[in-house]
Amino acid sequence: MTREQRIVETFVELADTMVEDFDVIEFLHHLAERCVELLDCAEAGLLLADAAGVLRVMASSSERSDALDLLQSQNEEGPCFECYERGALVASEDLTGDAGRWPTFAPMALQKGFRSVQAIPMRVRGQTIGALNLFRATTGRLVEQDLSLGQGMADIAAIALLHERSVREAHRVVEQLQDALSSRVMIEQAKGVLAERAHIGVDAAFALLRAHAREHNLRLSNVARDLIDGHLDATSLSSPTHSIPTPKR
Amino acid sequence: MVDGELRGTAGVSDPGIAVVQESQLSLGEGPCVDAWTNRAPVLEANLADPAIVRWPAFAHAGIDAGVLAVFAFPLHLGAIRIGVLVLYRDYPGMLSADEMACGLVLADVATQVLLSLQAGAPAGALHEILANELPHWAEVHQATGMASVQLGVSLDEAFVRLRAHAFAEGLPLRIIAREIVTRQRRLEEPA
Repeated sequence: MTREQRIVETFVELADTMVEDFDVIEFLHHLAERCVELLDCAEAGLLLADAAGVLRVMASSSERSDALDLLQSQNEEGPCFECYERGALVASEDLTGDAGRWPTFAPMALQKGFRSVQAIPMRVRGQTIGALNLFRATTGRLVEQDLSLGQGMADIAAIALLHERSVREAHRVVEQLQDALSSRVMIEQAKGVLAERAHIGVDAAFALLRAHAREHNLRLSNVARDLIDGHLDATSLSSPTHSIPTPKR
Repeated sequence: MVDGELRGTAGVSDPGIAVVQESQLSLGEGPCVDAWTNRAPVLEANLADPAIVRWPAFAHAGIDAGVLAVFAFPLHLGAIRIGVLVLYRDYPGMLSADEMACGLVLADVATQVLLSLQAGAPAGALHEILANELPHWAEVHQATGMASVQLGVSLDEAFVRLRAHAFAEGLPLRIIAREIVTRQRRLEEPA
């Protein structure tokens, strides 16, 4: 598939989300994956501000624990924190020179193999609701074309989060964002439940949850809830190619 | 929240209101200060009413931020004072009888919860949970899920148990969570 076809496909997927009940977490995860495919970056993540103005992880392209950690570490400092506070693009072309600017974030990002970073604001009607974080393994910045596409991706994410017509009412915005944040927490809890039941790591647990949701055309958050409630058995989530041992006792 | 005197804001429902809240402390006047000093609820249904001159500077700051009515409930138990719960309204009007009852119950519940939390904190310091933000780290939620399976309990019970471990060992919740996720620690049901 060419780059243009991929871009078009991403926008078509967005159109799908506008019609009916869709899985916002799954969509944002997919969007983050698309960022890595389409833009010159190694890892992409989305942070959303909760009702108290605290940034919280919504999606990560790799969904790896260390990537989630790096994203969430930007609660009080880091490119996403600055981007959210200022409502503007924040970049570091070489993180080795930004240890003074971000004493916690910069060394942590470098240690995970990233050299440069961009944070693009997610905005709705002039209000910044979060940020799209792009990490690169090399120094430098995104070319202008990639940056515009990145902003387009951030806009898509914002629309997906607040796509209902009633978003004019401030309290509905809060309701929708809180709902998305709460789904995200539930997915983390489900990762833990599955990891323990199936004796696998939390990263592998996410892959199984997601595969099950896709295969059965279910919302990721519903799969997570069913697993937590015991309506879904851990063994039924394993792929037929490799079996997962049943839990002890 | 307080430590002998009103010290600062422990939490707000909306970041915009933090400014209004803090202004009461810096100005040294407002419903929050009065509720604290007088140990009684302070109810102000219309900050924009010129006949009301209780707190001219605070009224100004409040109205600028879109606050038109304020209701402050002291968090206290007899002589023990721990803070003030303040409700802000962006339109004028007194609380209904039901809302008033609700405010009082909330203040009571908050007092009990805060007191039981503080019971475990070092003297003169706020409990870690109150001093810090809520745990939003993915591994805390993942560890909650794992602990619920290990202990055979619900997620809310598992979360309480995680917190209890962190508290008993004097470690941050996140450290306990990380040990569980990396399988350096298991929480087992006592035999």
